[in-house]
Amino acid sequence: MITPEFVLFGILAAVGVAASVGVVAFNSAIRSALCLVLNFFVLAVLYFTLNAQFLGITQVVVYTGAIMVLFLFVIMLLNIGAEHFLNEKFDYKRIVGLAAGVLLFLMVGSQLLPALQSFNHVSALGDYGTPQAIGHTLFTEYVIPFECISVLLLVGVVGSILLAKRKM
Amino acid sequence: MFTVGAVGVVIRRNPVVVFMCIELMLNAVNLTFLTFARYQLVNPTGTDIAAQRSAMAGQMMVIFVMAVAAAEVAVGLGIIMTIFRARHEVDVDDLNLLRG
Repeated sequence: MITPEFVLFGILAAVGVAASVGVVAFNSAIRSALCLVLNFFVLAVLYFTLNAQFLGITQVVVYTGAIMVLFLFVIMLLNIGAEHFLNEKFDYKRIVGLAAGVLLFLMVGSQLLPALQSFNHVSALGDYGTPQAIGHTLFTEYVIPFECISVLLLVGVVGSILLAKRKM
Repeated sequence: MFTVGAVGVVIRRNPVVVFMCIELMLNAVNLTFLTFARYQLVNPTGTDIAAQRSAMAGQMMVIFVMAVAAAEVAVGLGIIMTIFRARHEVDVDDLNLLRG
Protein backbone atom coordinates (compact mmCIF):
# COMPACT_ATOMS: atom_id res chain seq x y z
CA MET A 1 0.00 0.00 0.00
CA ILE A 2 1.87 2.97 -1.32
CA THR A 3 -0.08 5.84 0.16
CA PRO A 4 0.97 9.46 -0.34
CA GLU A 5 1.97 9.65 3.31
CA PHE A 6 4.28 6.71 2.82
CA VAL A 7 5.89 8.41 -0.18
CA LEU A 8 6.33 11.61 1.83
CA PHE A 9 7.84 9.70 4.71
CA GLY A 10 10.14 7.86 2.32
CA ILE A 11 11.43 11.09 0.80
CA LEU A 12 11.95 12.72 4.20
CA ALA A 13 13.65 9.66 5.62
CA ALA A 14 15.98 9.37 2.65
CA VAL A 15 17.01 13.04 2.91
CA GLY A 16 17.45 12.69 6.67
CA VAL A 17 19.63 9.61 6.45
CA ALA A 18 21.70 11.18 3.66
CA ALA A 19 22.22 14.28 5.80
CA SER A 20 23.27 12.19 8.80
CA VAL A 21 25.76 10.24 6.69
CA GLY A 22 27.00 13.60 5.46
CA VAL A 23 27.65 14.73 9.04
CA VAL A 24 30.05 11.85 9.49
CA ALA A 25 31.55 11.75 6.02
CA PHE A 26 32.51 15.35 5.30
CA ASN A 27 36.05 16.26 6.17
CA SER A 28 35.47 19.90 7.02
CA ALA A 29 33.59 20.69 10.21
CA ILE A 30 31.44 23.42 8.72
CA ARG A 31 29.95 21.10 6.10
CA SER A 32 29.14 18.59 8.81
CA ALA A 33 27.40 21.31 10.79
CA LEU A 34 25.31 22.37 7.79
CA CYS A 35 24.34 18.76 7.12
CA LEU A 36 23.23 18.51 10.73
CA VAL A 37 21.06 21.63 10.30
CA LEU A 38 19.41 20.00 7.29
CA ASN A 39 18.88 16.85 9.32
CA PHE A 40 17.19 18.79 12.11
CA PHE A 41 14.84 20.50 9.68
CA VAL A 42 13.90 17.15 8.14
CA LEU A 43 13.26 15.79 11.63
CA ALA A 44 11.02 18.77 12.42
CA VAL A 45 8.93 18.07 9.31
CA LEU A 46 8.73 14.42 10.38
CA TYR A 47 7.45 15.49 13.77
CA PHE A 48 4.75 17.51 12.02
CA THR A 49 3.67 14.45 10.04
CA LEU A 50 3.43 12.60 13.35
CA ASN A 51 0.96 15.27 14.51
CA ALA A 52 3.29 16.58 17.20
CA GLN A 53 3.15 20.27 16.38
CA PHE A 54 4.62 21.69 19.56
CA LEU A 55 7.63 19.39 19.40
CA GLY A 56 8.21 20.19 15.76
CA ILE A 57 8.39 23.91 16.46
CA THR A 58 10.48 23.27 19.57
CA GLN A 59 12.89 21.22 17.49
CA VAL A 60 13.35 24.11 15.06
CA VAL A 61 13.68 26.75 17.77
CA VAL A 62 15.78 24.87 20.31
CA TYR A 63 17.86 22.48 18.27
CA THR A 64 18.36 24.34 15.03
CA GLY A 65 18.07 27.84 16.39
CA ALA A 66 20.13 27.56 19.55
CA ILE A 67 22.27 24.44 19.58
CA MET A 68 23.42 24.59 15.97
CA VAL A 69 24.10 28.31 16.27
CA LEU A 70 26.32 27.49 19.28
CA PHE A 71 28.12 24.87 17.19
CA LEU A 72 28.65 27.26 14.32
CA PHE A 73 29.97 29.94 16.65
CA VAL A 74 32.44 27.52 18.20
CA ILE A 75 33.60 26.35 14.77
CA MET A 76 34.07 29.94 13.71
CA LEU A 77 35.93 30.94 16.88
CA LEU A 78 38.25 27.96 16.91
CA ASN A 79 38.91 28.13 13.18
CA ILE A 80 38.85 24.39 12.75
CA GLY A 81 39.87 23.46 9.23
CA ALA A 82 39.61 20.28 7.28
CA GLU A 83 41.14 17.11 8.60
CA HIS A 84 44.05 15.77 6.64
CA PHE A 85 44.80 12.19 5.86
CA LEU A 86 48.30 12.36 7.20
CA ASN A 87 49.56 8.82 7.25
CA GLU A 88 48.50 5.20 7.15
CA LYS A 89 48.26 4.97 10.92
CA PHE A 90 44.57 5.63 11.33
CA ASP A 91 43.24 4.11 8.12
CA TYR A 92 42.43 0.86 9.85
CA LYS A 93 40.40 2.67 12.48
CA ARG A 94 37.97 4.03 9.91
CA ILE A 95 37.43 0.63 8.31
CA VAL A 96 36.96 -1.08 11.66
CA GLY A 97 34.61 1.66 12.77
CA LEU A 98 32.52 1.33 9.62
CA ALA A 99 32.39 -2.45 9.95
CA ALA A 100 31.34 -2.17 13.59
CA GLY A 101 28.64 0.32 12.60
CA VAL A 102 27.22 -1.99 9.93
CA LEU A 103 27.27 -4.83 12.46
CA LEU A 104 25.43 -2.68 15.03
CA PHE A 105 22.83 -1.72 12.44
CA LEU A 106 22.29 -5.36 11.47
CA MET A 107 22.03 -6.46 15.08
CA VAL A 108 19.52 -3.79 16.09
CA GLY A 109 17.59 -3.86 12.83
CA SER A 110 17.18 -7.62 12.69
CA GLN A 111 15.51 -7.57 16.08
CA LEU A 112 13.28 -4.55 15.53
CA LEU A 113 12.27 -4.36 11.90
CA PRO A 114 10.35 -7.65 11.43
CA ALA A 115 8.21 -6.87 14.45
CA LEU A 116 7.16 -3.46 13.15
CA GLN A 117 5.80 -4.40 9.76
CA SER A 118 2.11 -3.95 10.60
CA PHE A 119 2.54 -0.84 12.64
CA ASN A 120 -0.09 1.60 11.47
CA HIS A 121 -2.66 1.68 14.22
CA VAL A 122 -2.88 5.29 15.29
CA SER A 123 -3.87 5.13 18.93
CA ALA A 124 -3.27 8.67 20.09
CA LEU A 125 -5.78 11.50 20.05
CA GLY A 126 -5.73 13.88 17.16
CA ASP A 127 -4.65 16.81 19.29
CA TYR A 128 -2.08 15.15 21.50
CA GLY A 129 0.63 17.40 20.14
CA THR A 130 -0.95 20.77 20.72
CA PRO A 131 0.58 23.12 23.31
CA GLN A 132 -2.57 22.93 25.43
CA ALA A 133 -2.36 19.17 25.83
CA ILE A 134 1.38 19.23 26.47
CA GLY A 135 1.09 22.08 28.96
CA HIS A 136 -1.71 20.34 30.82
CA THR A 137 0.32 17.14 31.15
CA LEU A 138 3.56 18.92 31.90
CA PHE A 139 2.18 20.91 34.79
CA THR A 140 0.02 18.24 36.39
CA GLU A 141 1.69 14.86 36.02
CA TYR A 142 5.28 15.80 35.23
CA VAL A 143 5.82 18.86 37.38
CA ILE A 144 8.63 17.32 39.42
CA PRO A 145 10.77 16.48 36.35
CA PHE A 146 9.96 19.96 35.09
CA GLU A 147 11.44 21.54 38.21
CA CYS A 148 14.46 19.24 38.00
CA ILE A 149 15.01 20.31 34.39
CA SER A 150 14.96 23.95 35.43
CA VAL A 151 17.60 23.25 38.09
CA LEU A 152 19.63 21.38 35.47
CA LEU A 153 19.45 24.32 33.07
CA LEU A 154 20.53 26.67 35.85
CA VAL A 155 23.51 24.42 36.59
CA GLY A 156 24.33 24.38 32.86
CA VAL A 157 24.27 28.17 32.65
CA VAL A 158 26.48 28.55 35.71
CA GLY A 159 28.89 25.91 34.43
CA SER A 160 29.26 27.38 30.98
CA ILE A 161 29.84 30.88 32.36
CA LEU A 162 32.45 29.46 34.73
CA LEU A 163 34.17 27.68 31.85
CA ALA A 164 34.28 30.82 29.76
CA LYS A 165 35.95 33.06 32.28
CA ARG A 166 39.56 33.87 31.62
CA LYS A 167 40.72 34.28 35.18
CA MET A 168 39.39 32.27 38.07
CA MET B 1 20.49 7.46 12.33
CA PHE B 2 21.64 6.17 15.67
CA THR B 3 24.12 3.82 14.05
CA VAL B 4 25.48 6.58 11.81
CA GLY B 5 26.00 8.80 14.86
CA ALA B 6 27.72 6.02 16.79
CA VAL B 7 30.08 5.32 13.89
CA GLY B 8 30.80 9.05 13.67
CA VAL B 9 31.65 9.31 17.36
CA VAL B 10 34.18 6.50 17.02
CA ILE B 11 35.77 7.53 13.72
CA ARG B 12 36.06 11.31 13.72
CA ARG B 13 38.93 12.99 15.50
CA ASN B 14 37.68 16.54 15.55
CA PRO B 15 35.96 16.97 18.94
CA VAL B 16 33.31 19.37 17.65
CA VAL B 17 32.26 16.84 15.00
CA VAL B 18 32.19 14.11 17.67
CA PHE B 19 29.81 16.32 19.62
CA MET B 20 27.61 16.76 16.56
CA CYS B 21 27.38 12.99 16.14
CA ILE B 22 26.28 12.72 19.77
CA GLU B 23 23.50 15.20 18.98
CA LEU B 24 22.58 13.05 15.98
CA MET B 25 22.14 10.04 18.25
CA LEU B 26 19.98 12.05 20.64
CA ASN B 27 17.73 13.15 17.79
CA ALA B 28 17.37 9.60 16.53
CA VAL B 29 16.18 8.60 19.99
CA ASN B 30 13.73 11.53 20.01
CA LEU B 31 12.24 10.36 16.74
CA THR B 32 11.85 6.84 18.09
CA PHE B 33 10.10 8.10 21.21
CA LEU B 34 7.63 10.17 19.20
CA THR B 35 6.91 7.38 16.74
CA PHE B 36 6.10 4.94 19.50
CA ALA B 37 4.03 7.56 21.27
CA ARG B 38 1.78 7.94 18.25
CA TYR B 39 1.70 4.46 16.76
CA GLN B 40 1.33 2.05 19.59
CA LEU B 41 1.10 -1.69 19.37
CA VAL B 42 -2.52 -2.74 19.40
CA ASN B 43 -3.50 -4.10 22.78
CA PRO B 44 -7.00 -5.58 22.63
CA THR B 45 -7.52 -5.68 26.36
CA GLY B 46 -6.03 -2.29 27.12
CA THR B 47 -8.09 0.79 27.74
CA ASP B 48 -7.99 4.01 25.83
CA ILE B 49 -6.79 6.02 28.82
CA ALA B 50 -3.56 4.05 29.00
CA ALA B 51 -2.88 4.74 25.33
CA GLN B 52 -3.40 8.47 25.80
CA ARG B 53 -1.18 8.51 28.85
CA SER B 54 1.63 6.73 27.11
CA ALA B 55 1.30 9.05 24.12
CA MET B 56 1.73 12.05 26.40
CA ALA B 57 4.55 10.26 28.23
CA GLY B 58 6.42 9.85 24.95
CA GLN B 59 6.18 13.59 24.27
CA MET B 60 7.27 14.46 27.80
CA MET B 61 10.31 12.25 27.35
CA VAL B 62 11.21 14.05 24.13
CA ILE B 63 10.88 17.45 25.83
CA PHE B 64 13.19 16.40 28.64
CA VAL B 65 15.73 14.88 26.25
CA MET B 66 15.75 18.16 24.29
CA ALA B 67 16.32 20.19 27.47
CA VAL B 68 19.12 17.90 28.66
CA ALA B 69 20.75 18.05 25.22
CA ALA B 70 20.68 21.85 25.25
CA ALA B 71 22.34 21.97 28.68
CA GLU B 72 25.03 19.44 27.76
CA VAL B 73 25.82 21.21 24.49
CA ALA B 74 26.42 24.46 26.37
CA VAL B 75 28.70 22.85 28.95
CA GLY B 76 30.46 20.58 26.46
CA LEU B 77 31.31 23.37 24.05
CA GLY B 78 32.63 25.37 27.00
CA ILE B 79 34.89 22.45 27.88
CA ILE B 80 36.11 22.19 24.28
CA MET B 81 36.88 25.90 24.15
CA THR B 82 38.80 25.73 27.44
CA ILE B 83 40.89 22.85 26.14
CA PHE B 84 41.66 24.70 22.94
CA ARG B 85 42.71 27.80 24.79
CA ALA B 86 45.35 25.74 26.55
CA ARG B 87 46.62 23.62 23.70
CA HIS B 88 45.69 25.11 20.29
CA GLU B 89 45.14 21.62 18.91
CA VAL B 90 42.28 19.90 17.18
CA ASP B 91 42.69 16.20 17.94
CA VAL B 92 40.84 13.94 20.36
CA ASP B 93 43.44 11.20 20.00
CA ASP B 94 45.99 13.39 21.79
CA LEU B 95 43.80 14.00 24.83
CA ASN B 96 44.92 10.96 26.82
CA LEU B 97 45.76 12.35 30.24
CA LEU B 98 43.14 10.09 31.83
CA ARG B 99 44.66 6.96 30.36
CA GLY B 100 45.65 4.51 33.09
